[in-house]
Amino acid sequence: MAEQTTATPLNSRHRDLKALMAPFGGWDMPIQYEGIIAEHAWCRQKAALFDICHMGEFIFQGDFEAGGLEDVFTFSVKTIPVGRSRYGFLLNEQGGIIDDLIVFRLAEDKVMVVVNAATATNDYAVISQRLKGGAFSNITDQTGKLDIQGPLAREVMVSAFGEQVATIPYFKFITMDILGVEAIVSRTGYTGELGYEIFIPADKVCQLWDLLLKDERVKPAGLGARDVLRLEVGYSLYGSDIDEVTTPLQAGLGAFVNFDKNFVGKEALMKQKQEGVAKQKIAFRVSSRRSPRHHYEILSEGHPVGSVTSGVFSPMLGCGIGIGFAAAGEYPVGMPLTICHERVSMEAVVCELPFYDNGSLRS
Amino acid sequence: MAEMYFTKEHEWVKVTGTTGKVGISEHAAHELGDITFVELPKIGKTVKQFDVLAAIESVKAASDIFAPLSGKVLAVNDELDTTPETVNESAEEKAWMVELEISDSAELKNLMTQDQYNEFLKTL
Repeated sequence: MAEQTTATPLNSRHRDLKALMAPFGGWDMPIQYEGIIAEHAWCRQKAALFDICHMGEFIFQGDFEAGGLEDVFTFSVKTIPVGRSRYGFLLNEQGGIIDDLIVFRLAEDKVMVVVNAATATNDYAVISQRLKGGAFSNITDQTGKLDIQGPLAREVMVSAFGEQVATIPYFKFITMDILGVEAIVSRTGYTGELGYEIFIPADKVCQLWDLLLKDERVKPAGLGARDVLRLEVGYSLYGSDIDEVTTPLQAGLGAFVNFDKNFVGKEALMKQKQEGVAKQKIAFRVSSRRSPRHHYEILSEGHPVGSVTSGVFSPMLGCGIGIGFAAAGEYPVGMPLTICHERVSMEAVVCELPFYDNGSLRS
Repeated sequence: MAEMYFTKEHEWVKVTGTTGKVGISEHAAHELGDITFVELPKIGKTVKQFDVLAAIESVKAASDIFAPLSGKVLAVNDELDTTPETVNESAEEKAWMVELEISDSAELKNLMTQDQYNEFLKTL
């Protein structure tokens, strides 16, 4: 019954805060503290702090081309400027997504790869197999990660760590001294709000958590709120919306695939590009407050066309929202759909992503 | 003072004469988390004891609400259409969902009293 889970360094902090805990990706994680709706609102209005220590971090050091790293992902690593990061995929030979990840260019010859928790062990094995040289290490256990997200995140960070944080642009990062150790502060996140991801040695993460929570503009938020926040802005969740049998082209994420370079899975994607995809991602908005949920069926004019992969009640829109996959075809904005599961049936219309586009992300 | 009875599925019914107001317990509301939607039945609908009466959704889950007693729906609390969060704030008072005309009060023997329900919660 009890799933074997790993605790992050902040586990006792979460328990002191009476968080509802649950297993996620092999880790014992906080789902909510005060409540998902309240934490979601705090993130959209103030600044929310998330324990993201469960995510995986790897370091590659060496020659990107000779070491084989340049061909591992769907994007070029060598063209990422130092101090910038890039989002993309690790694919299998069939073009299926083994993981979605971000690569941080730390130095001329050094990158950090940040991956999902549940997939980290497999990712590390797959990448290791594909490399031909260089030094590759898994630093997940030694690395703490906190995300601070929300329109007040910059003011909070400047109060805590000084003006140098204020000027970091979106998808750039700096390395700086925090609590006497070297930390990475990156203008990235998973909420659609202005925010930072902070990577710090694991033995300092409790101190950093306490420091940031002393600021009354900051409250902790759990993975429940994080899931609502990310879906409102249309971000995919690995394991729900994307997986090893879904390609970036099917998932509408072709923008993160660079066909001008080599990568594992390229042939399969080229073929899919020519022949067309068998399934495609669609987004829809429900006409009531009902939530579509994972595995609910999607119907068009009474015929099943696909199934829901993510759905929530959106506090920002005041209705249910969802994304799912449907048989290839035309799904114009405004097209009516029915979402069904057992006794539950809800009317919906196809819409564009993101559902919510008024966040402070790029401010 | 109306008598309050509970089901094992965490519905309550407050009986006044031949009518009863129905809702879900504070325990259930807490377990569900933030309530985002309540589906209420049509007025006039008749239900048997333990049949599906209504539905409720939270950020985390979707659940059915079962009729604690057989009867006919006399009224519904349609304020919950726009403010379902009332269930979190006042599950056993303001967030009544359905008023039933009770068709067989002998069915009360299948329900728990407040004290029995409190004991039942300790076993969960």
